[in-house]
Order: sequence, then structure tokens, then C-alpha cells
Amino acid sequence: MSQTASASAPGIPSSPGTLSRAGMLVAVGAVVLAVALLAGPRFGLLLLIGLGFGLTLEGFRFGFTGPWRRMILERDASGLVAQLICIAIVASVAFPLLAANGAELKGAHAPIGLAMIGGAFVFGAAMQIVMGCGSGTLVNAGSGNAIGAVALPFFAIGSFGGAYHLTWWTNLGSMPVVVLSGGQGLALTLIGLAAVAGLALLLGKPGSYRLPARYWGAILALAGLAIVHLVVAGQPWGVVYGLGLWVAKVAVAVGGDLSGSAFWSAPGNQAQVAASVLTDVTSLTDFGLIGGAALMAWWRAGLASPVGLLPARAWGAVIIAGLVLGYSSRLAFGCNIGAFFSGIGTGSAHGWVWFVAAFAGSWVGIRLRPSLGLETRK
Amino acid sequence: MIRAHVTTAVLVLVAGFIAFDAGASDPLNPYGAVPMLALGSGMAAAGAHCAAPPPK
Repeated sequence: MSQTASASAPGIPSSPGTLSRAGMLVAVGAVVLAVALLAGPRFGLLLLIGLGFGLTLEGFRFGFTGPWRRMILERDASGLVAQLICIAIVASVAFPLLAANGAELKGAHAPIGLAMIGGAFVFGAAMQIVMGCGSGTLVNAGSGNAIGAVALPFFAIGSFGGAYHLTWWTNLGSMPVVVLSGGQGLALTLIGLAAVAGLALLLGKPGSYRLPARYWGAILALAGLAIVHLVVAGQPWGVVYGLGLWVAKVAVAVGGDLSGSAFWSAPGNQAQVAASVLTDVTSLTDFGLIGGAALMAWWRAGLASPVGLLPARAWGAVIIAGLVLGYSSRLAFGCNIGAFFSGIGTGSAHGWVWFVAAFAGSWVGIRLRPSLGLETRK
Repeated sequence: MIRAHVTTAVLVLVAGFIAFDAGASDPLNPYGAVPMLALGSGMAAAGAHCAAPPPK
């Protein structure tokens, strides 16, 4: 049974009935079960976790790009503070887990370097142009946002290209990997998160400390899913490796030669290119993000609204920004998820540097949007 | 055009890619699958991640 909302296009069903919803849940469960039976239970579970991420981000209308934008434009610190609380919860569980199970679990640990800092800055700018980071672009595409859908394939191509050239970029200059670990590392991380939250509240408008209920829902759900992800996959949540892998697979299938890339010709990556995409951790959670966002948007009748029209130069900017997002995220050793959320949450110093550089880039990206035809704000 | 059209196109593309990959990649072997949980498996974490440093 379905109803037609007055805001919907004529004849477009907007609110799914109980039977439709039950049928959809059975269908989604069947897909997860099929992956578990065909690829293995871990991979079915990872798809389910990815669906949870998508449902959470779309359901609670929570993300990473929007809160940074609101902090910069409106001095609303609440979303940024919510992100920091979420990371603190993840770190409080992940640090002891990693300390006690270093052989089975690994963190999102990467070196700080020139290309890493530049990549994070550029990523921050590009994510504000398309109003979507790594997870945000996937969620936006799944929930019917045309900008996200157009940016996604170019994000994937850029991610492949960035990984292809990654060794050249890191040879420009990198420090050894610096990891905060154990009780002292966790204390330093929590103090750092509290300090950034305090600074944000100090600079923010009065009342920013009052987080809306939906933020608390998102904080708890995201933190819980991220911890389960670490336990199941043995590694923290990430996004962009999977996107580049998809393009690498297509490149190989059409006769492309990846031997010229130190990254893609490495044994582990060669094996992953040859293996089914249903055995790649980040691909599965990426599929889940798209599917979960689509499911949530459909569930609450959010798919009937019209897609906004943009000038041609705006679509050009979206395509270029998508490419740049993908490429820069590889140089930066991750996006908001892999570097900021999971990097800081598992003790990598590069996550902190990423945050500073990407936030500065966001400031630039926000100011570029009007001139690119993406908004009318002056 | 409405958002449902965009979502449908994205889901069709994803499903199409998975179908394409099923034909192009090594066959799945659920009998050789890794344990459900990495924690407690006794196996080293081996999945790829965007934060992993590049090979030398």
C-alpha cells in the first residue's frame, strides 16, 4: 500500500506501506545472506555493517562535510563536536583492543608527509565543492542526490589514479609512521579531542554545546558500528581503497597493464584486483553505505522530490571535484573516514595533521562554491 | 527527474559492476573463507586500507 505525497511528482509513490517495507527488509536480508554464503560470513557481516553506516548517516542526517561548513559559515560547532565525541568513543575501545591484539587487528596508521598534507588540504576544498566527503558522496549517491551520483564514478577514477602514483608522491618526503598507543596514547588522544572540541565551542556561537538528539543517535550508532567493524575486519572503517579497486578491476578486465604502478603491482593489491570484490573489506562497506542510504531514503519517502537543476559549469565543477576528491584522498592516506575518523580513533598522528589541513581546505572550498555556480550565496 | 531515478541508476550500476566482477575475477570459495571475526581468529589482519603506506 502506498500514498502519494502532495510534494511528490504526480503518480510517484512516496510512502511505502507495511507490506512493501517488510518485503524490502526480506530482500535486503537475502542479499546479505547470499554474500555470507557465497563469499563467507565475515563478508556478509561487513555488508551488513556498511548498511548500518548508510542507514545511520542518512537516517540521522549526519555527516562530516556539513558540520564543518556550519562551523565555518555559521559558527555552529555542534556537528563538529559530535564528530569528536564519536571518535573519542571509538578510540576508548579501539586503543585497548589494538594494544591487546596487535597481531589480529591493525589501525589506520599512515606517515605524515608533504603530499599527505597537500592531499588533505585539496580534499577538504573538493569535499565542500560537492558537499560530500568519502562516505558522504556514497550516501548522497544512494539517496538520490544527483551531485553525489555524478561525482562518485569520478571519485573512483581519481582514487585509482592517486593510488597509481602514490609511491611517487610519498617519495617527495615522508616521516616515519607515528602512532599513539596504549594508555598514554589514549589519554593524549582524548585530551586532544577535548581541546579541539573546547576550541570549537569557544569560537562557536552560544549554545553550540547543546547537541540535537539526532546527533546523539548518530554518535552512538556510528561508534558502535565502527568498533564492530574493527573486530570483524581486523582493521578500521575506510572508504577510498575500494573505489580505486573498482576502477583497477575494470582497467585489468579491458586489458590494462598495472605493472607500471608500484602500488597496484604490489602482491597484495594484485591479489585483491584478481579476487572477487565481495571479499574486499572497503568495497563491501561502500556498497552497504550506498544501499543503506537508498533504503533509508526510500523508507521515509525521500526519493520523490525533484532533482535540482544546475548550470553546465556546475556539473563540470562536480566532475573535476570528484576526480580531485579521489586522487587527493589517496595522497592523504584517507578521507574523513580513513584518516580523520579511523586515523585519530586508532592513534595515527597523520589523522590529526589531516584534520588541520582538510579543515583549512574546507574554508577555501566553501568560498569557491558560489563562483562555480553551485550556490547563490555571495 | 526525481531522486528515485538517480537512486535506481546508482543501484543498477552497482549491481551491474558486481555482476561484471563475478565473471571477471577469481571464483568465490566459501569453504576457504576467513573466520567471521578477525578478533580471536589467530590470523594477521590482511585487508587493504586507504591509510596503509605504499609498498617500497
